[in-house]
Amino acid sequence: MSFSNNGYLDMELLRFTTAGSVDDGKSTLIGRLLYDSKSIFEDQLEAVKRASIQKGNDYINLALLTDGLRSEREQGITIDVAYRYFATPKRKFIIADTPGHVQYTRNMVTGASTANAAIILIDARNGVIEQTLRHTFIATLLQIPHLVVCINKMDLVDFKEEVFETIKKSFSTFASVVDINDVRFVPISALKGDNVVDESQNMPWYKEGTLMSILESIPIENDYNFTDARFPVQYVIRPLTDEHHDYRGYAGRVAGGIFADGDTVTVLPSGIKTKIKSIDLFETKLNEAFPPMSVSLSLEDDIDISRGDMIIKPDSMPTISQDIEATICWMNQKPLRIGGKYNLMHTTRDIKCIVKEVLYKINVNTLAQITDDKDVGLNSIAKIKLKTTKPLIFDTYKKNRVTGSLILIDEATNETVGVGMIG
Amino acid sequence: MNKHHLNHLRELESESIYVIREVAAQFERPVLLFSGGKDSIVITHLARKAFYPAKLPFPLLHIDTGHNFQETLDYRDDLVKKIGAQLIVGLVQESIDKGKAVEESGYNASRNVLQTITLLDTIEKYKFDAAMGGARRDEEKARAKERFFSHRDEFGQWDPKNQRPELWNIFNGKKNMGEHFRVFPISNWTEMDVWQYILLENIEMPSLYFTHQREVFCRDGVWLATAPFMKLKNTEKAEIKTVRCRTIGDITCTGVTLSEANTLEEIIGEIAATRVTERGGRADDKRSDAAMEDRKREGYF
Repeated sequence: MSFSNNGYLDMELLRFTTAGSVDDGKSTLIGRLLYDSKSIFEDQLEAVKRASIQKGNDYINLALLTDGLRSEREQGITIDVAYRYFATPKRKFIIADTPGHVQYTRNMVTGASTANAAIILIDARNGVIEQTLRHTFIATLLQIPHLVVCINKMDLVDFKEEVFETIKKSFSTFASVVDINDVRFVPISALKGDNVVDESQNMPWYKEGTLMSILESIPIENDYNFTDARFPVQYVIRPLTDEHHDYRGYAGRVAGGIFADGDTVTVLPSGIKTKIKSIDLFETKLNEAFPPMSVSLSLEDDIDISRGDMIIKPDSMPTISQDIEATICWMNQKPLRIGGKYNLMHTTRDIKCIVKEVLYKINVNTLAQITDDKDVGLNSIAKIKLKTTKPLIFDTYKKNRVTGSLILIDEATNETVGVGMIG
Repeated sequence: MNKHHLNHLRELESESIYVIREVAAQFERPVLLFSGGKDSIVITHLARKAFYPAKLPFPLLHIDTGHNFQETLDYRDDLVKKIGAQLIVGLVQESIDKGKAVEESGYNASRNVLQTITLLDTIEKYKFDAAMGGARRDEEKARAKERFFSHRDEFGQWDPKNQRPELWNIFNGKKNMGEHFRVFPISNWTEMDVWQYILLENIEMPSLYFTHQREVFCRDGVWLATAPFMKLKNTEKAEIKTVRCRTIGDITCTGVTLSEANTLEEIIGEIAATRVTERGGRADDKRSDAAMEDRKREGYF
C-alpha cells in the first residue's frame, strides 16, 4: 500500500456487497481484490498456500482467504455474511461478503442494508440467469445507490467483446424494469486478474476502467438524504454534576438533512417547536450536523423529550401513523403469522405491532406478484400491512433508508424474524 | 466535493458512538471490557465522547490474568482516575484458587484461555447484561462474521450458525433471563484505522506501544518478553532487543516486534509497510486453524 499520512487521514469509506451464484467466482474475486491491492498479509497468504496444496489445487486458491467458519471450510460454502476490509490510497472499503445460495436471500438482504454499492457477478458462459435477476432485485429493493455488474470468467469465452455486449444488453433490458439509478459493466477474469485491479491486456476493446478504479471513484457523497432533517433521539445526557448542573443533551445520529446552530426544530410526537442552542460532540461545538454524524443537541426550551422521539425541521414533516405498509423479507424458519403480534424496532423506537394483512408475495426470480399464496416463510419477500400500538414517525424507505426501515422481533424468542422497508 | 461529508475515520467514529449509546439505552447493566490494549483504549475514548459532559454510564472491567506488563496496570489506573470511571477487576488467580480454572503447564502455558472462565464468572456475579469489547472483524476470520450485538446463551456461548440478522443500524438487544450480549463497537475498524484515529484524536497511549529496550527471547519465530513465570527452553536465549508491542494482552502470548518506532506517525508508517497481521504474533491463535472460533464458542471474547 502506498502511503501518505495526511491522505490516509482524509479518505472516504465505501461499503459494498457482492452477490453471485455458487460458482460465479465471488470468493475468487474478493480474494483477487485483496491480493492485488496488497491487503493480504504474509501469514494469511502462507496459510492459504498450505491449504491449497493440501486440497490438491494447481494454483493458490484465493477463495480460501474468505472461508471463515470451520463448517464452511468443511463444506466449501459460505454460510453467513462476512465482512472484509481493505484500503487503497484513495478509499477504505468494507465488503459485506454474502453467500449466493437460493436459501440465503436473508444474508444478501443483510449485506445490502448498509451498502453504497453492489457488485453483481455474472458467469460469461451463462449470461443473465434467474439468480442474476434475484440479486439485482434485492439490491434495488434495498436501494443500494450504485450497481457494478462484473461479467466474470471472460478468459473462458476467449475475452470476446460480443459476449460482453450481449450480456450487457440483456441485463439492461431487465434493469429497465427495476429501479436502478447508476449501473456500470466490467468484463473481468477474477481468476487471472484481468480488469480487477490491473488493466487487462486481453481486452483492449474495453476502456472504462478496472473494477478497482470504479470502486475508487463512484461518487458516494450524495448517498444520504440531505434534504429532510431527521434526528431520532437515542439517549438523553444528563450529567447531574455541579459543573454541568442544568445540561441536558439529546444524543443521536443524524438520519437526514442538515441541522444548524439556531435552527428552528419541531419535536415529535409532541409537536412543540424550539430552537437548537448548541450542537456538541465531546469538547467541540459544531455549526452543523448532517448524516451520519453522532452528536448531541441542546435546545433553547426545557421540553420533555425521551428516547424514541424525533427532532425534525418543520419544512419537511415525516409521516406519523399507526398504519404502515412495508415490503418485508422474512428471516426466520418460523413463518409470519397473519394477526400475530411482534415487537417492532424502528430508528430508536421499540413498540409493538400486529400484522393485519399480507397484500402479496414477490417471486424474487420473476418479480411477479403472488396473491394466491400468502404463506410468508424464510427468505420470502412480501408486501404487508402493519398496525402499531402507538404512532410511528417515519418516511418511505425510498426517501430515507434510516427512517424508512424497521425490524420485527418474535415476542417469545426475541429473535429478529423479519425486516421491512416502508412504502 | 460536498462539504457535508465525513471522512472514513469520522464515519467509523460516528458508527461506534451510535453503538455505544445504543448499549447504554437498551441494557440495564452494561460494562466495558478494558484490557489496556489499544482497542479498549479507543473504545473508552469513544465512550467518553458518546456521553460527554456526563461520565461513563457503565464501569470498566479488567479481566486480570496476573501476567501483565506493569505498564498496562499503571496506564489503567491513571486513566480510571483521569476520567472518573468505576473499575472492576476480575482475577484469573481467584478462579484458579477456587478450583474453577486449572493452570496450564508446559512451556507454552498461558492463562489466556482461562480468562473466559473468570469473565463469565464476573459477568454472572455483577449481573452484567452487555459486555462491550474491542474485537474487530479484520483481526481473524472467525471474527469476520460476528455481529455488533452478539447474543450469548445462558452459558455465555456463541452459536455462529444461529446469529441474529443485523441490518441497517437497528440493533436488537432483547434477551431472556440469564442471557447476555457481547457488543463490539469498533467491529468495522482495521488496525490501521485504530492507529490513525489515535493520531487524529491525540489519545495518550501506554509506553509499551512505542520503542523500548526489553529482555526477549524467540520462540517459533515470535519474539516474547521474558517474565518470572515464563519458562525458557534450553535452546532459547534471553537477550536485550529494541522492541515495541503491536498488541497488548497476556504477557505469555503477546509477541513483540523489533521496532524503533517512537511516535504515532512512525507506528503508522510501520503498519503501512508491514506484511504480517497483528495476530501473527499471537501464540494463542496459532494453536489451530479454528482456534479463535473454538474459543469464541466457549464464551471467549
